[in-house]
Amino acid sequence: MVRFELNGKAVSVDADPSTPLLWALRDNLNLTGTKFGCGMALCGACTVHLNGDAIRSCTTPISAVANQKITTIEAQSTDRIGRAVTDAWVKHDVAQCGYCQSGQIMSAVSLLKGKKNPSDTDIDAAMAGNVCRCGTYTRVREAIKDAAKAIA
Amino acid sequence: MYLEKALAQHGINIEALALGSQASASRRNFMKFSVGGVAGIAIVPSLVSAQAPQGAPAPKAGQKPTEQPAAFVTIAKDGTTTILCNRMDMGQGIETALAMICAEELDADWSKVKTAFGNQKGNYVDPMMGMHLTGGSNSVKNSYTQYRELGARTRTMLLAAAAKQWKVDAATLRAENSVVIGGTRRASYGELFDAAMKEPIPEAVTLKDPKSFKLIGKPTGLKVSRAKSTGTQQYGIDVKLPGMLTAVVMRPPVFGGKVKSLDTSAALKVKGVRAVLPVDLDRGAKGVAVIADGYWPAKLGRDAVKVEWDSTGVARADTAKMLTQYRDLAKNPGRQAPGAAFKADISALASAPNKLSAEFVFPYLNHAQMEPLACTVDLKANECHVYTASQMPGVDTGAIARITGLKPDQINIHVQMAGGGFGRRAVPTSEYLVEATNVAKAYVATGKRAPIKVIHSREDDVKAGYYRPYTLHRAEIGYDSDGKITAWDHRIVSQSILKGSPFEAFLVKDGIDGTTTEGMREPYTIPMQLSVHHPEINVPTLWWRSVGSTHTAFVMETLLDEIAVATRKDPVDYRMSLLADDARGKRHKAALQLAVDKAGYGKKTLAPGMHWGIAMHESFESVVAFVLEAGVKDGKPVIGEVTAAVHCNFCVNPRTVETQVQGSALMALATTMENHAITFKDGVVEQSNFHDFPMPRITDMPKIAVHIVPSNDPPKGIGEPGLPPFAPALANALRRATGKPLREMPFKLA
Repeated sequence: MVRFELNGKAVSVDADPSTPLLWALRDNLNLTGTKFGCGMALCGACTVHLNGDAIRSCTTPISAVANQKITTIEAQSTDRIGRAVTDAWVKHDVAQCGYCQSGQIMSAVSLLKGKKNPSDTDIDAAMAGNVCRCGTYTRVREAIKDAAKAIA
Repeated sequence: MYLEKALAQHGINIEALALGSQASASRRNFMKFSVGGVAGIAIVPSLVSAQAPQGAPAPKAGQKPTEQPAAFVTIAKDGTTTILCNRMDMGQGIETALAMICAEELDADWSKVKTAFGNQKGNYVDPMMGMHLTGGSNSVKNSYTQYRELGARTRTMLLAAAAKQWKVDAATLRAENSVVIGGTRRASYGELFDAAMKEPIPEAVTLKDPKSFKLIGKPTGLKVSRAKSTGTQQYGIDVKLPGMLTAVVMRPPVFGGKVKSLDTSAALKVKGVRAVLPVDLDRGAKGVAVIADGYWPAKLGRDAVKVEWDSTGVARADTAKMLTQYRDLAKNPGRQAPGAAFKADISALASAPNKLSAEFVFPYLNHAQMEPLACTVDLKANECHVYTASQMPGVDTGAIARITGLKPDQINIHVQMAGGGFGRRAVPTSEYLVEATNVAKAYVATGKRAPIKVIHSREDDVKAGYYRPYTLHRAEIGYDSDGKITAWDHRIVSQSILKGSPFEAFLVKDGIDGTTTEGMREPYTIPMQLSVHHPEINVPTLWWRSVGSTHTAFVMETLLDEIAVATRKDPVDYRMSLLADDARGKRHKAALQLAVDKAGYGKKTLAPGMHWGIAMHESFESVVAFVLEAGVKDGKPVIGEVTAAVHCNFCVNPRTVETQVQGSALMALATTMENHAITFKDGVVEQSNFHDFPMPRITDMPKIAVHIVPSNDPPKGIGEPGLPPFAPALANALRRATGKPLREMPFKLA
């Protein structure tokens, strides 16, 4: 049994400790907003926050998050910066298929929590780990800049 | 009849599969088919049935199910208006586009409109093709009038219901923003809807003058944008049913391989693993399914399975050897391509003053949609429910009926939102749905029963097959000093995508797969002789966003550009001079001119080292032209501003057109990038995940401006046409920078 804090609530997962956080979230805790893309931390679709920092949940075993704070896409509507980013995503109509966007948003929120007014270089550095096959990158960039203005 | 016959050969009964039991020969419409973008090759029957939705009046004789409002539109008491989409959405925004089209004629309050998917049965079929099918950039093209009429019929029935309640002539009433207005009286659509659905369905309706459109033609965000930005949108991989188990499948390393020996003992000891079972796979292969409580135990179970594979009697593809084989084939003419356009007299080639010989090589490509394939099957004694994002549930229904022994009307395919598709979810063999059904069957055969979701890992997706075919082109061109092409001898070597599939009968003509040759020559007036070799290779191939045009556009647009430069012609003027003055030529000229004007081509001075690159191409009846700026720095391409111009006739949602063209361009850019190729060694795919089949990142995204040629002609598609002309435009700019033509994908600049 591994216990941790998920989106502000205490949870416990009865699974093999090697189970990636991604699958604990999706299969054990029924939070499917976090997506499976590659399983090797290559695409960022599974991005969540560990104590506020963006991590790839597909390669993070639950044993590594015991007693720590995990935040997922599902909690962003109740977070000031998360809400601003989500609203900017909708305003800019970023999503095409949308499958990678949970991860894109979690990376963007993490960026804006650390840097209120990110430059293009900052955006490149924070977002280069998130693959979008539909090619929404232009709008991802615009939405991040817009969200930055909204929280300024 | 072609489709019906062809499908029948594969055990598929189209009448039952697509359209319910009441379809009859007398109500068939024979329509043009163009799923692979090869319009006009054959006609297929579009069947209609008369399944009356619950609570709706019996339709009149001849009333098609695709014309019945109650099946497509529901309005709740609070005004929430749900419009059902008869296609699958994989990011192309069709659920929003069709809702816009319907809501416009319905005079619905757009803020109250929601979208949902219809299933594969009865009403939710492509009205031109008679089955649930999403492909060929056809959705808006084939359903524009259908959804306008659905909206107009619904509005007419709402007006009729209000007229009856108020005892006035319906002609005195009008509708606005989901309200019926008659003098000082008002009634909301929500109040009227139930009564309205009891009114007769009007057969003929008057549609709006496009000049009065409030919604169609305006940039509109996706209805599912917030769901997709909050993690609440459900995709096929997210489906959860009570008691559901998850399975992963071990597939043989060589396509068609079998299990020689299997030791499941260690796998069965993994906590959470329920069963490890041999299972029938695609192409006669045998594999092993590991069924567990969730993905991770299934994956751990799979890691613990000990299996020895038997690949005897199975051909082993090897791309290095294929290059030699394909080159040898191209030394001689292949089978003559059908159509007068490809049978020109090329005797002038021998005496041509200038000659250009070129060979092009294009690799196998994986679709790499972000959501790995997933399919949930709930197999019961007398029915089967399948939850997946498929582009062709119409075809899949027949395949699943065949292997389960159930009747097509006992198969229910619940169409899910797709995390990308690009053609991978339109498999003529229904490979991944059949596989998931076989897993469910194998589990039932053990005496147990549960809904089972089969999930592909990324490695499974990369290695499971169904690639854009490996293709070689060989061109010998004769031209004079004025750039006039006097003869063009062209050969293509590529596997047929459709041979042996249910689509063979109407997309393969004279032995030539139309998806191999589409995009060749047209629209230019060039004396071309085209022949094709279709070698048999043990690699499953499939359409991949824009299909044949992924390679034909590159070949055509880079070769013409070379000839223009060699004869000191401006590449824009040269292309214009090769276009006829007919409707087709005019659409190309309009797109190219718009791109040229918006890019500032010929006026703007480029930064040192940067060069213009131009290309245009028509696919799926839409023309896209690119004018871009690029150069080479430290051996790598540098892309400046990119300008695209689109001629898709009347544009329903400019916002989606912009995103589809930008996304298509990036997908084309990927094909030029280092290592973006699927290769085989001794029958085995050499790539496995995004580290060795890399994807473009935010740092690779060029700035792409998209402009639309104004037009009032009936709308065409845009899901694919933005892809083909991007890579040749880039190659043309890079050739100017280096002096060397690029004739291989991915690009090798060194």
